[in-house]
Amino acid sequence: MTLLTIDWVLLTEKLLLVVAIVMISLVIAMYETYAERKVAAYIQDRIGPDRAGPFGILQPMADGLKLFMKEEIIPNTSNKLLFILGPCLAMLTAMMTSAVIPWGSALHFKMFGIDRMVTLQVADINIGILYIFGVVSLGVYGIMIGGWASNNKFSLLAALRGASQMISYELAMGLSLIALLMLTGSLSMKTIVEQQMTQGVWNIVYQPLGFLIFIVCAFAECNRTPFDLAEAENELNFGYHQEYSSMKLGFYLFAEYINMFISSAVMATLFFGGYDIPFFDEAAHIASWGATPVALLTGFVFLIKIAFFIFVFMWVRWTIPRFRYDQLMNLGWKNLIPLALVNMVITGALVLLKQNHWHF
Amino acid sequence: MQALTNRAKPVDRAPMTWVEKLYLWNILKGMLITLRHFFKRKATVKYPEQKRPFSPVFRGLHILNRDEQGRERCTACGLCAVACPAEAITMEAAERKKGEENLYREEKYAARYEINMLRCIFCGLCEEACPKDAIYLSETFAPANFQRQTFIYGKQDLLIPDPVKEPELYAKAVGERGKKN
Ligand code: SF4
Ligand code: SF4
Repeated sequence: MTLLTIDWVLLTEKLLLVVAIVMISLVIAMYETYAERKVAAYIQDRIGPDRAGPFGILQPMADGLKLFMKEEIIPNTSNKLLFILGPCLAMLTAMMTSAVIPWGSALHFKMFGIDRMVTLQVADINIGILYIFGVVSLGVYGIMIGGWASNNKFSLLAALRGASQMISYELAMGLSLIALLMLTGSLSMKTIVEQQMTQGVWNIVYQPLGFLIFIVCAFAECNRTPFDLAEAENELNFGYHQEYSSMKLGFYLFAEYINMFISSAVMATLFFGGYDIPFFDEAAHIASWGATPVALLTGFVFLIKIAFFIFVFMWVRWTIPRFRYDQLMNLGWKNLIPLALVNMVITGALVLLKQNHWHF
Repeated sequence: MQALTNRAKPVDRAPMTWVEKLYLWNILKGMLITLRHFFKRKATVKYPEQKRPFSPVFRGLHILNRDEQGRERCTACGLCAVACPAEAITMEAAERKKGEENLYREEKYAARYEINMLRCIFCGLCEEACPKDAIYLSETFAPANFQRQTFIYGKQDLLIPDPVKEPELYAKAVGERGKKN
């Protein structure tokens, strides 16, 4: 009879976790828009938004309110269903990726007679990285469908550009990760983090080239400048979301920021120790402080790492101009993929040598 | 062609090397430059709270001047209107009656004096043309408004406060410019 009992505690726990993560990603995405404007301003020797609230911190609310109040326009030549589906899909895929990212070590929960460890990860599936790849490649449908449904030449062109760009860069991204996976021997995000914690050395040390390729591809996957050809403002009039208005446009823009947040999280997890705190023995402190404070601390450190990568995203955006399309394709196919392959072969050889007890 | 300055640099058309094709090194250099700007002093100010001082030759809204006893200086000679390249000034003259000597300095005065601020290019030629020191360009902007009509400034908008009756307001309107001459 106990076979089919539902573990209600687990269900509520995961539900709460999902809600919390969704809320956190949304709030962070909101403040990313603010941070983006501030970073842009500071890089351009300006002050940036500072009218709404102290230092302008209420600016995202004002922006959000504005987007909600705008008139919603659906062009009458567009495919209505797909037109609405586009932004939904973009948002959905952006949010889904966060499920497999470990946000911190386990919380210890003792209340109402329930005593359990709550891992700060929605699902520790053993193919975490593959899952992320799968969902991220679904993200291209948001762009494709949006551009197609708009029934507008510019949007369609932009959608095609976006799709081909994403497909080309996914290849190099995957190849750069294979090298990493050969080192870790696991596809589970949690295991990768734990390995880095026990080793005390982050993967970036073993895979600097892999990280470089990965970050470049992450820029391309998020459609950020230098690779924002899908929304090239000055040649394609905002590209695939040109026909969108009101909150549908807001969803597209928001999805971009959530994507940025998630890829920063993935980068931090895979290459920078995830929620590992450098020079800090988590296991010893869990014994002395209890699990919960340590879990919160690790989560916080993880957020700091993410914030750093988000800053890098913005920093790059406001530094360099957009690539030309042929340059983009050349970089992807002729430079990054061979580099990733070389990296993979070298890593493979070294791993093999190590397994055969070579010393170097 | 001979170079006009000694700063001309020949364009380097050599094909990019493999390192350059990766763009990374140059991008890093660029990022260092932007990072330096990130911490630089900002060029802009928080405008309504913080204002930049105008230069001493700034040409803003016009002021119709009064003399020390508070009499209007303008004699409606029309020289400013003639000098005006934008044809922004209109006026109507009137004769000073007996008992109005404390209001108008000259025997003829401007009963109506209008400047269309949408036409005006703030060149200051009216100020230069005036033989009576009656018109000045001050250090204020023309404020934005919703109707065109409101940009036609009449005498009540242009006249400076009376130095005898309202000395503080007068001093404020004269500003830095008044102190110098
Ligand atoms: S400032 Fe120039 S344009 Fe304006 S009223 Fe005087 S003369 Fe005319
Ligand atoms: S402002 Fe000066 S130039 Fe113009 S009408 Fe009056 S006195 Fe003449």
